[in-house]
Amino acid sequence: MSEFWQAISVNFDKIVNWIPVLLKSTGTTLLLTLCSVSAGLVVSVFLALGKMSKLKILSKLCSAYIFFFRGTPLLMQLFVVYYGLPYMGITIDSKFFAAFLAYAMNSSAYLAEIIRAAIQSIDKGQLEAAKSLGMSYPMAMRLIIIPQSIRRLIPPIGNEFIMIVKDTALVSSIALVELSGKTKDIMIASSSPLVFVPALAIYLLITGVFTFILNRLEKRFSVYE
Amino acid sequence: MENTKAPMIQTVNVCKNFGSLEVLKNVSLTVEQGEVVCIIGPSGSGKSTYLRSLNHLEKITSGKIYIEGTLLDDREHGVNKVKLPKEEKNQLLLKMGMVFQRFHLFPHKTVLDNVTIAPINVKKIPKSQAEQIARDLIKRVGLSEKVDVYPSKLSGGQQQRVAIARALAMQPEIMLFDEPTSALDPELVGEVLAVMKQLAKDGMTMFVVTHEMSFAREVADKVVFMYEGEVAEIGTPTEIFDNPKHEKLKQFLNKID
Ligand SMILES: Nc1ncnc2c1ncn2[C@@H]1O[C@H](COP(=O)(O)OP(=O)(O)OP(=O)(O)O)[C@@H](O)[C@H]1O
Ligand SMILES: [Mg+2]
Repeated sequence: MSEFWQAISVNFDKIVNWIPVLLKSTGTTLLLTLCSVSAGLVVSVFLALGKMSKLKILSKLCSAYIFFFRGTPLLMQLFVVYYGLPYMGITIDSKFFAAFLAYAMNSSAYLAEIIRAAIQSIDKGQLEAAKSLGMSYPMAMRLIIIPQSIRRLIPPIGNEFIMIVKDTALVSSIALVELSGKTKDIMIASSSPLVFVPALAIYLLITGVFTFILNRLEKRFSVYE
Repeated sequence: MENTKAPMIQTVNVCKNFGSLEVLKNVSLTVEQGEVVCIIGPSGSGKSTYLRSLNHLEKITSGKIYIEGTLLDDREHGVNKVKLPKEEKNQLLLKMGMVFQRFHLFPHKTVLDNVTIAPINVKKIPKSQAEQIARDLIKRVGLSEKVDVYPSKLSGGQQQRVAIARALAMQPEIMLFDEPTSALDPELVGEVLAVMKQLAKDGMTMFVVTHEMSFAREVADKVVFMYEGEVAEIGTPTEIFDNPKHEKLKQFLNKID
């Protein structure tokens, strides 16, 4: 252990110089995560409601979508979007946009299952009470069921977010530069593994800040308990 | 008494199956306007299922349901032969308010919001007016000091009184109660029954599933004894409680005492 700390102190200047470089690629990591989780969240609400729909075709379609994206590796999905779609006549020039598409679709499938579980965990007496007051199903969902699900959604959405932050490392496979890829480049160039120290610190900072925000949100949404 | 008015609720040969289980067998009942009808009977006899069929929380298998003389359901094999426009069907359903055994207040809404949410969103009543009506109703059930509180901070009896106010806010013409006091600690039963008695006194038509025999005896115009999905006996409280005829009713009353 003491050798480790010695290595750090000897190379301290080097490490400090790496930080701005790493932070620049952290931008891609963060932007990709935020964009795809947000888009995924919007899509997932419709997927979840669709899967619960009484309309058989809609329910089957949503189930199939969810099954596909949860049942195949994210890396393959990324390859399909970036390398596969051009064969079908759809070329995506921006690597970032290709990654965004793959990650958004993937996270929408996971988030849809999270949302469905949260909605179904609400006592069915709530829906009956809403119906007995003349509310339609969509109105009951909007005013009664979904607002109550939100608090239960926050922790698993946090997990999904953290998973995506870490999974963004995969985009180096389509040569899109982000934090993990940059770390590897620096490691090879400097022939030293020390760059892991600031890189890991940055990951922990992101997930730490995010966890903190979510905990606050969860408290905000629990006022009525 | 206006005897010319159509019955508030009338059902003819209502049957309900859950799969192969026959839960309701040819239930024909009438609730006149202004009447308080209590349904008693052993657990599993189909009391809740019957009440829930009236406001479409359950779909009956066959039979007819009339609301104030208008045919709402005429079913065979679960298929409704009555094709009312959606708006008209909703209007009929809105004539019935319901109070549940386990309250089912909306936990994320304050007492006031619980009572205003349906009038504002379903009836499109302006918020200020809905709140005025809600405050009056909340006062009527004796909870004025709790308007801004969340349901989790209320006792069971208080929650049930809010649930009654919430149903009344839609200005129903009949209130359906499904064992409104069964989930309550014994010391809280009285406050809910008091509200219901007042409601009956004010002329509300009520259809009440209950295990509170003293309430049925005191308030009901008519008592219905259900047994294994059938109306086994029907009569005035005196007839049912003091002079029961059906063997199962005698047994039921002995067990309860
Ligand atoms: N959703 C359902 N699916 C299957 N069977 C059901 C369902 N709901 C009720 N039942 C059955 O129907 C029968 C009547 O139930 P119901 O709840 O109407 O009885 P109840 O008279 O209200 O009894 P209790 O006094 O216990 O409330 C019971 O045998 C019950 O198991
Ligand atoms: Mg019952």
